[in-house]
Amino acid sequence: MILVTVGTQLGFDRLIEGMDQIALTLKEPIIAQIGDGSFIPQNMEYHRNIAAPEFEELVGRARLIVAHAGIGSVLTARRMNRPIVLIPRCASLGEHRNDHQIATAKQLNSLDEIYIVQSTLELQSVIEKIPTSIATRLQASSDARKLRQAIKGFINFGHI
Amino acid sequence: MILRSAFAEHEVHYSTTEQSVADLHGITAPTLLSDCNKDQPLRALLCLIQAAILTLRFRPQVVVSTGAAPGLFCILCGRLIGAKTLWIDSVANAEALSLCGKISIRVAHQTLTQWAHLADGQRLKFTGSVL
Repeated sequence: MILVTVGTQLGFDRLIEGMDQIALTLKEPIIAQIGDGSFIPQNMEYHRNIAAPEFEELVGRARLIVAHAGIGSVLTARRMNRPIVLIPRCASLGEHRNDHQIATAKQLNSLDEIYIVQSTLELQSVIEKIPTSIATRLQASSDARKLRQAIKGFINFGHI
Repeated sequence: MILRSAFAEHEVHYSTTEQSVADLHGITAPTLLSDCNKDQPLRALLCLIQAAILTLRFRPQVVVSTGAAPGLFCILCGRLIGAKTLWIDSVANAEALSLCGKISIRVAHQTLTQWAHLADGQRLKFTGSVL
C-alpha cells in the first residue's frame, strides 16, 4: 500500500491529482490524505484528514509514503522506517507562502530512502524503482552518527 | 531519544513534560516539568522553579536540551551551577532557529542546529541531524 499525505495545514492538489492519474497503473492500493484540497480523487481511496493514531497505523501498513516536503512527514517516515517520496510545494503555484519546502528538499536530497521529485511526471518512475518489499530497517544515517559523536565530544571535552 | 546512545557511558537523568513520552521509551522515574511557553508567565515561573529544584537535586555536570522553554530553563539553571550546557535545536526548525534556540545561543555553551544552512560555524554549529 502507498500512503499519500499533504500534511495537516494546506491542500496540495498537484500532488493528489498526480497520484490519482497514475493510481490505476501502479496496481497497488493507495490511500490519500488530501486535506483542504479541491481536487477529488477518482481512482484512489481518500480522506480529508486522518487522526494521528490511525495515520500511524496506516504508515505501519504502507510500504512507501508520498508526501509534500514537510518535515513532519519526513520525521514520521524516518521513525517508522519507511521510504518517502517528497514533492516540494511551490510558492509560484500558490502551494505555500514561500519556497522553503524546495530548500528543505534540497537539504534532504542526499539521505537514503528519501526521494525528491519536482514534477508529478516523475512520480511513477520513482515509485516503481523503490523495491516493493517493506523496507529493511534503515541504518542510522551518517548524519545521525555525526551528531551523536559531536554530543559525546561535548560531554567529554566540553566543546565541539 | 534517537540520540540516547550518545549518553550511554554516563549517569543520565531524563526530564520531560510528558510522562507518556518517557513510558514509550522505557525511561523510569523521569522528572516531569510543567510545559509552558512565552504566553504563559505563571506556568513559566512554575516551570523555572521546577527546573531549579531539578538542577539542585541532581547537580549535573552536563545539561543537554532539545527544547523547548522548559529545556531552556534547565540550561539556564545548569549554567548557574557550573554545568556544561548544550542546546540541540529541533530538526523541525528547518527554516529558522526556534526562539528558545536563539536565546540559547547567548545562554548555553554551545548551540547546535540540525540544518547546515542555518549554522554560522561559531556559536551556532551544524554537526549532523537525527534524519
